[in-house]
Amino acid sequence: MQRSTANRLTPYMFMAPAIVIMALALMYPLGYMIWGSFRDWNPSQTIGEAEFVGLKNYITLWGDPNFHESLGVTLKFAFFVVTIEMVLGVGLALLLDRDIRGISVLRTMFILPMMIAPVVVGLMWRYMYHPTVGTFNRTLDSLGIPRVDWLGDYALMSIIIADIWQWTPFIFILSLAALQSLPRSALEAARIDGATPWQQIIHIKLPLMMPVLIVTALLRLIDAFKVLEVILVMTEGGPGLSTEILALRISRTATEFRELGVAAAMSNYLLILLLLLTVAMFAFNRWQETRAARVQALVEEDD
Amino acid sequence: MASPNTKANPAFYAVIALLVFMSVGPVILMFANSFKLDVDIISGSSGLIFLPTIQNYEKALCDVLWYEPDHVDFCSLKFGGAFINSLIIALISTVLTLVIGCMAAYALVRFRFMGRDTVSLSTLMVRMVPPAVLLVPVFGLWNNEFCLDRDGLIGGAIRDTFGGRGDVCLAGTHGGIILIYVAMNLPFVIWILQSFIVQVPRSLEEAARVDGAGPFQVFFKVVLPLIKPGLAAAAIFTFRIAWNEYLLASALSDRDTRTVPILIVNNMSEFNVEWGVIMATGMLLAIPPIIFTLFASRQIITGMTAGAVKG
Repeated sequence: MQRSTANRLTPYMFMAPAIVIMALALMYPLGYMIWGSFRDWNPSQTIGEAEFVGLKNYITLWGDPNFHESLGVTLKFAFFVVTIEMVLGVGLALLLDRDIRGISVLRTMFILPMMIAPVVVGLMWRYMYHPTVGTFNRTLDSLGIPRVDWLGDYALMSIIIADIWQWTPFIFILSLAALQSLPRSALEAARIDGATPWQQIIHIKLPLMMPVLIVTALLRLIDAFKVLEVILVMTEGGPGLSTEILALRISRTATEFRELGVAAAMSNYLLILLLLLTVAMFAFNRWQETRAARVQALVEEDD
Repeated sequence: MASPNTKANPAFYAVIALLVFMSVGPVILMFANSFKLDVDIISGSSGLIFLPTIQNYEKALCDVLWYEPDHVDFCSLKFGGAFINSLIIALISTVLTLVIGCMAAYALVRFRFMGRDTVSLSTLMVRMVPPAVLLVPVFGLWNNEFCLDRDGLIGGAIRDTFGGRGDVCLAGTHGGIILIYVAMNLPFVIWILQSFIVQVPRSLEEAARVDGAGPFQVFFKVVLPLIKPGLAAAAIFTFRIAWNEYLLASALSDRDTRTVPILIVNNMSEFNVEWGVIMATGMLLAIPPIIFTLFASRQIITGMTAGAVKG
């Protein structure tokens, strides 16, 4: 009797610590943030002392040109980063998908940029982009080409390049894994039927990889909205607001402008945006999966 | 999947060499610069020929060195202390996350709490939350709500022992930072470990149970040894996030609990950057992840692909 009670309680005992911690440090803060976003709240007050202002923070933000600018920068950054990284990463995977000796060493080198702290990545790139001592402008100088003001006029492009450097390997490794787990029969059949390499890629490899690619793109997209440290170290959001992505603006609103309520409302906007994107990608994924299954069935029929 | 007609040609290897150069180049550049004097960095006398010096490292680590380097007049950069803080926080939060996450993943798989889909969906949802979004609530809660009253029993005892004013709060302690890191990493760890535990044959556990092992013994003696690769992957990812994170740590730490990323950012934002020293601190911060990468790249790739490819 005692024993069976213990057994029945086991799963709950195993789950309890995780649930308690996540409720306390993840769910409760999120709820707290939503509550706080309706208040005029500064860091020296407790939330109870802050005045309730209803939707004021949200409305202020809705009409705030700085917020629009920042939102635009975030979307632009996320769009370019994900698109370029997907094209490069998948392209490289298709190109390098053959038996090379020492592929594991190669992969090790490629994951290095991802493992290093974003702060350090920002530091390295800030050095390389430096107008006078930086690597790029030195190289341009020695080639006799006029210098480029990397972190000035082209700041957004420069942070996009840095992010591409750091995260293309992620997509490369995932798509290579996907590519190498494709059913060989389909590729074999296509080759026997005389499909050119291009036809193989477009009609067989890419459609079959699609589910993985979608998930990869989704993960990358989510992470693109989280990038903060790299940009903070490289440009601190400047010049002007040209690289101030939302995450950075939230942290500045909270720490510099000391408007926790507004920062919370901004966080909520960001969360809603991400939620919409995730749901959209999931729906798309479902649809693609059914389509991919159909393609696969067709390919197998042809065998 | 080498097709017979694609013989490896020089151009192919050139592409690979270029890629390797591009991904490793900046790291090597930083490594080289961390051994240069600022004068050499700024004058830019050719990249690789220079007299290496460890002055930058001495300057960065001046608070934990056993001797006093002559070129350091005043130890402004308390890097050693920050390094120790980073180590404490990253190690403890990794261990806690693994233990708690492992137990939860096991319960989820074996006792059929929720479907696999629910877990992956909620993992994705949590993964979606940027740290910046947590900044405001965590700052507020850790400073105002997660406190022990200074007049209370435990809070009073802590104030008597350690001094200080006001209520005893989580903000500014190692524990506060560890708590948020554990919470942030748990969903991902549970997700990864789950995909490994699913592969442990149930019959193995039943055999152990027939032999008289209790649920905890089954878990520790049978399941844990079998999912070591998963544990390694989860450990590396958790450690990496805890070690590299800046934003939440900067909101929650005080002078004594500062971690390395905070120190680097603080020194960067000044107008006149001392490149040599800052590169040395950056290199020191990058060393543990680099070591992991070199020795456990297989586990890292497992961890990365487990999510996306297995779905």
